[in-house]
Amino acid sequence: MAMTLAEKILAKKAGKDQVKAGEIVQAKVDVAMSHENGRMVKKSFEKIGVERVWDPEKIVIIFDHRVPAESERTAAGQKELREFVKTQGISNFYDINVGVCHQVLVEEGFSRPGILLVGTDSHTTTAGALGAFATGVGATEMAAVWATGELWLRVPETLKIVVTGKLPDGVYSKDIVLKVIGSIGADGADYKAMEYSGEAISSLSVASRLVISNLSMEAGAKTAFVIPDAVTEAFVKPRAKGAYEMLAPDPDATYLEEHTFDVSDLEPQLACPHQVDNVKSISEIAGKKIDQAVIGSCTNGRLEDLQEVARILKGKKANSGVRLLVVPASWRIYREALKDGTIETLVDAGAVIVNAGCGPCLGAHQGCLAPGEVAVSSTNRNFQGRMGSAESFVYLASPATVAASALEGKLADPRKYLEA
Amino acid sequence: MEPVKGKAWIFPDDVNTDVIFPGRYMKVTDAEETPKYLFETVYPDFRDKAKPGDVIVAGKYFGCGSSREQAATAIRYFGIGCVVASSFARIFYRNAINLGLPIAIVPGITEHVKEGDEIEVDLVRGKLTNHTTGKELSFEPLPEFILDLIGQGGLIPATRKKLGID
Ligand code: SF4
Repeated sequence: MAMTLAEKILAKKAGKDQVKAGEIVQAKVDVAMSHENGRMVKKSFEKIGVERVWDPEKIVIIFDHRVPAESERTAAGQKELREFVKTQGISNFYDINVGVCHQVLVEEGFSRPGILLVGTDSHTTTAGALGAFATGVGATEMAAVWATGELWLRVPETLKIVVTGKLPDGVYSKDIVLKVIGSIGADGADYKAMEYSGEAISSLSVASRLVISNLSMEAGAKTAFVIPDAVTEAFVKPRAKGAYEMLAPDPDATYLEEHTFDVSDLEPQLACPHQVDNVKSISEIAGKKIDQAVIGSCTNGRLEDLQEVARILKGKKANSGVRLLVVPASWRIYREALKDGTIETLVDAGAVIVNAGCGPCLGAHQGCLAPGEVAVSSTNRNFQGRMGSAESFVYLASPATVAASALEGKLADPRKYLEA
Repeated sequence: MEPVKGKAWIFPDDVNTDVIFPGRYMKVTDAEETPKYLFETVYPDFRDKAKPGDVIVAGKYFGCGSSREQAATAIRYFGIGCVVASSFARIFYRNAINLGLPIAIVPGITEHVKEGDEIEVDLVRGKLTNHTTGKELSFEPLPEFILDLIGQGGLIPATRKKLGID
């Protein structure tokens, strides 16, 4: 029987010839990632009562949410986990100077086609851009994974998303995925897998594809694939930590729904407060005054993002009424952006560069919003209170839209700054 | 698994994890302490009025938002007998099952139950009885594997058993 990509990977991991949507399988995990919340996993792990983790090589711990520690409590939690990874012999441990977990998994070669990757973070779906079945899990189930290397999964139905046309200049993968979420809704893919294909997707760089799989979580997706191709393999091959398999869906697989989007005339898109599916085009809301502009996160803090922002900001200054914050998604990106002069351009434009990590994305530190303030951000959530005060407002957009808005002090269309 | 019988508390569509367990208490990681903050921001009197064994009845997409496990933990440790909803958000659904919190998916349930109704949910047979109105509804029972996991009290006891610790 023909299978979707989700069905194929889960069949493999469950040791079966085939599975179909709706079935529950017990699947073997290839990569198990946690960040600082590994401390909660550790608590449940201790309740289970085994001494050693099942396979220290398959567990990855990455500090990113509050780096360096913003409080004594966080510091104590980080200390406890540093000791735990030592005792357990977990060598894939990344401390406060590496980057956001989902980006580090990609750079370090953990995210690979055909594997099962789970993480105690909802945006674990990011690795789906490289063809992994990648999904977020709770602390208790991660504890069971640490103990046994397996977890139960319901094989999801799949939504097939075909994106056609050629993306106009100044419009990016962020705009594509915002458009998709705006159309299918915040629960449009609840408990389902998504498979993205079509020429507008296959022509994207790996960095741009990661944005799609990352943000699809905001439509409820359990996992979101970009079908692996030559671009995927060229990226994965030199860095893969472990085996991978270039699995693809069967041409006659069964899909729950199919949606087609033509992006030839797509305008820059923004998710408006307080819901990610409250999506509008820039022409509908340009001119709204902003107080803070944030570029970064596991969604859009990659080198191509920073370079595009530098292209817009070069030789200019951010509006004096705006705080411009830039958070590279990883130290590797940070270093590359230092070497090629991108960071210098951004600093000259008045940007505050904060440590590579989650930074202001979750409103824990490094740039919280006051009551009544408005931010435009390249991150992935605009829930009420996400970046600080419950009475603040967050608009989500592409890095280029954020940069153009930073220049004008109000929501602005980046396309006029990109004309040759 | 025995049927759950209790008083119904009605919630709307899209109750997110911030409503169930506010983000500012995320640092509370002791399971026993979590019920203190259950529904604090939006339904602060729930904790005084509801009793262990009562049933939460909600619209669609219950538990959407962040993956915080405390949302399910707080409901479970408060002693809620069962959460019945039109649909659940994925991570909440998994967390509930893994913590041994009984749940049932009954599309359109809020049209058939009012706040304060005495209801009885038979998860195994897929039957919901509203003793106040006398109405009976059938629903698709959860897969056996999941019912078994809930019945064992969740993933920790189940894993201990599997590994031969208990
Ligand atoms: S950058 Fe934001 S969305 Fe990404 S992992 Fe960190 S907190 Fe979560």
